[in-house]
Amino acid sequence: MGNYIKLIVLGVITVLALIAANYARDVAYLVNALTVALVSAGLFLWILRRTGEPVAAVDLSGEYMDGPVRAGVILTAFWGVVGFLVGVTIAFQLAFPVLNFEWAQPYLNFGRLRPLHTSAVIFAFGGTALITTSFYVVQRTSAARLWGGNLAWFVFWGYQLVIVLAATGYLLGATQSKEYAEPEWYVDWWLTIVWVAYLLVFVGTLMKRKEPHIYVANWFYLSFILTIAMLHIVNNLSIPVSVFGSKSVQVFSGVQDAMVQWWYGHNAVGFFLTAGFLGMMYYFVPKQAERPVFSYKLSIIHFWALIFLYIWAGPHHLHYTALPDWASTLGMVFSIVLWMPSWGGMINGLMTLSGAWDKLRTDPIIRMMVISIGFYGMSTFEGPMMSIRAVNSLSHYTDWTIGHVHSGALGWNGMITFGALYFLVPKLWNRESLYSLRLVSWHFWLATIGIILYAASMWVTGIMEGLMWREVDANGFLVNSFADTVAAKLPMYVVRGLGGVLYLLGGIIMCYNLWMTVKRSPAVQAANHVVPAE
Amino acid sequence: METYSLLRQFADSWMLLLLFTFFVVMVLWVLFRPGSTKTYQDVANIPFRHEDKPAPERQPEES
Repeated sequence: MGNYIKLIVLGVITVLALIAANYARDVAYLVNALTVALVSAGLFLWILRRTGEPVAAVDLSGEYMDGPVRAGVILTAFWGVVGFLVGVTIAFQLAFPVLNFEWAQPYLNFGRLRPLHTSAVIFAFGGTALITTSFYVVQRTSAARLWGGNLAWFVFWGYQLVIVLAATGYLLGATQSKEYAEPEWYVDWWLTIVWVAYLLVFVGTLMKRKEPHIYVANWFYLSFILTIAMLHIVNNLSIPVSVFGSKSVQVFSGVQDAMVQWWYGHNAVGFFLTAGFLGMMYYFVPKQAERPVFSYKLSIIHFWALIFLYIWAGPHHLHYTALPDWASTLGMVFSIVLWMPSWGGMINGLMTLSGAWDKLRTDPIIRMMVISIGFYGMSTFEGPMMSIRAVNSLSHYTDWTIGHVHSGALGWNGMITFGALYFLVPKLWNRESLYSLRLVSWHFWLATIGIILYAASMWVTGIMEGLMWREVDANGFLVNSFADTVAAKLPMYVVRGLGGVLYLLGGIIMCYNLWMTVKRSPAVQAANHVVPAE
Repeated sequence: METYSLLRQFADSWMLLLLFTFFVVMVLWVLFRPGSTKTYQDVANIPFRHEDKPAPERQPEES
């Protein structure tokens, strides 16, 4: 019965998508409609072949649902490498503009590849990592199987569809020009549906938990899911120009729109890239170190302080704009106060290793997690400093900001995700250990040196161009034209590109290592428990 | 009164007080509640239980 309803729904979606493709007013919409038609037609056939077949009633409540987690680990690694590759490409496009090939205009120029890069690393790599690890962690810490059966698969593949629609849309010119919220209205609507399902799966699992207490990692994951839902809806309030076109018009305008955008934008950092990844930290660091978190009390205070403060920090993106001074001062003050809980969390993560610091020497995965927490501490100091109005007047619009973002993204988000992947693959595929710890060490050093090259060159070039922009001669005239600053930045741009290449190489080595772990590493000898394959 | 001024006044007074009180009570609750240290020592070990499979139902039917 359920299958017939699914078939009807999928059939209707396929037909509607084909009709939409027929009436499409722009290429991006056409391609996205055809993608949707293809996916739903494929699913239709897939379900049709299973309809009417006898279904064996198996009681799965005695085992965890790790299918989506396994698929998620593979896709996290894949999206990571794709995102880093696009990043390296656009880094060299900035250094050598000739790489904006004439034959590929406008599809592969910097303007279209740049949102592809940011969305690929934040939402494809980071988002898939968050969904994957949250499914893993919430089951283990609740001692319960995921709620909702195949709803978890819907969340997982639905989110991947968002990524594909957004990425193809960017290249073909569909964007609502909001940073980190570029996808157009229909992708936003679809993401809303997927996200509500995600919330249901997560909360449903928490509701049927066997542990009386909700472990702190789940609090961070839950705040991430809830807040992203709220941010996503408010920042994407827009009215489509036509149901058959990708263009939409924002409901807010002017400074209100800017404020909503940066309220969203900074909390994408605060709740997507911080709270969610702190959930990962609070589970995977204790697991890898084989000792409980340093202070559970501190972790609870960390949680509440972080979510109370982060939501206010957004206006610091809008110093010296039409936004009222009180609002940007408010954002600045909260950003600085935020430094304390951030470092509380950093201390909590690092001190989890107290008494086990020797593991840093022998375990490159712990090393990866520790440097990730170190970068978390560094960028949560740098961020509040840059939010101060006087500092911001120098740093804003320069590459310093880009360096700051990357020390957080490559250092904190990237490294903790790599650590989690190295932890998860042997567990999920039932292997005794990783294929090669030496390769993990290689990955660690390539990535670390890559980040250092990246961040250092961006500091130099950012402060340099900030100073060049404000330099005036004795008569009060500006000394440098904008093109002068661009020319002066070339060496640093090349160094930044090289840093990216090293980081990308590390990612490729990780993929090889994880692949070989599944292929070659010996399986765990089954003692008296069986981990069933799904 | 216009909506903006009304909301602004509310946000600056009662809501601020409410949120601040919630936060302070939370900190006191976590730090000084009798028995909290023991409770948190126990729950900090949650990641080390049930690694491979969910906890069994409270009343096992098999017997």
